[in-house]
Amino acid sequence: MENILGLVALACGLIVGLGAMGASIGIALMGGKFLEASARQPELMNELQVKMFILAGLIDAAYLIGVAIALLFAFAKPFAV
Amino acid sequence: MAAAEHAGTHGPTAGEYVQHHLHQLQMNFSFENQSQHSIVDFSVFNVDSLFYSVLLGAIGCYVMWLAARKATSGVPGRFQAAVEILSEYVETQAKGVIHNANSRKLVSPLALTVFVWIFLMNAMDMLPVDAIPTLWHSAGPALGFDNYMRIVPTADLATTLGMSVSVLLICIFYNIKIKGLGGWAHELVAAPFGDNIFLYPINFLMQMIEFAAKTVSHGMRLFGNMFAGELIFMLIALMGGAWAWQFNPLAGGFWLGFGHVFAGTVWTLFHILVITLQAFIFMMLTLIYVGQAHSSH
Repeated sequence: MENILGLVALACGLIVGLGAMGASIGIALMGGKFLEASARQPELMNELQVKMFILAGLIDAAYLIGVAIALLFAFAKPFAV
Repeated sequence: MAAAEHAGTHGPTAGEYVQHHLHQLQMNFSFENQSQHSIVDFSVFNVDSLFYSVLLGAIGCYVMWLAARKATSGVPGRFQAAVEILSEYVETQAKGVIHNANSRKLVSPLALTVFVWIFLMNAMDMLPVDAIPTLWHSAGPALGFDNYMRIVPTADLATTLGMSVSVLLICIFYNIKIKGLGGWAHELVAAPFGDNIFLYPINFLMQMIEFAAKTVSHGMRLFGNMFAGELIFMLIALMGGAWAWQFNPLAGGFWLGFGHVFAGTVWTLFHILVITLQAFIFMMLTLIYVGQAHSSH
């Protein structure tokens, strides 16, 4: 029982930590490219901004789904039967 | 806050509180209270999600109808201007993705409906997590229902996957309408790798994977965001509940009350961005998927 709880806690930490790492790298790459692109061609900024927000939502989604699953493991305890 | 109220009488733990709040009000098809037994259970439906989604859909339609009924071609009022900006924005996005004016007659209003409806459903997250469930706690069991109530329909996988499957059906409809049944069947076996009889099984498999992945990720993305948001609101409410239970400002729990207000404010402000963005992304992906149905490979 304690063993399972400990492993679930470790898994939650890994889910949130690695997910945050991936999402941050993704947002950083995309934001950097967006700034670079709009410095080169400022007239495209509005158009690119819409696409950037869509992509930010897409990148964020995988991480937030991971957070939801980790929180579910931590609080709703599906494995602690 | 209900955690604190319960705490005096039967005292649920944090896990029990969260589990209770994640339980849907479910019924089987003879309108008897019943909980689902497995992850996929087609013998029950979620009464609360159905009720709130239909209610919010009706409210959204009514507000848009009000704006359309009072619309003037003269100087528009603020309300009309706001609705016009919204619908023109959606129309612009639709024009960028779908180049068929005839299809846009259906798809643009669809995208606007999807955006307004999902935004309203997501916005139920902004209400205090325990406000309506606590009211239900005093009314629902007396009326013969179970004491469960979840008020965010999009934090229920059944709602979001239902919507993404509807989008899939619309995509299939447009695939057949634009390319013809034969044209679409040919695309299914000849599309990504090329028109060669030996590649047909692989192409068909890839197409099926693409359709399944699109639909599942479309629904899961909205569900995951809203579910995570709701769960975090519950945890913030638990902080305040623990603080109110101790009710000794000098004890260690004092900072929990501060954390409750602080984290609640920050997360609510961030969540305004998330609910709008997710509604927008769902709308844009609906447009993009329908647009893909129009382009032949």
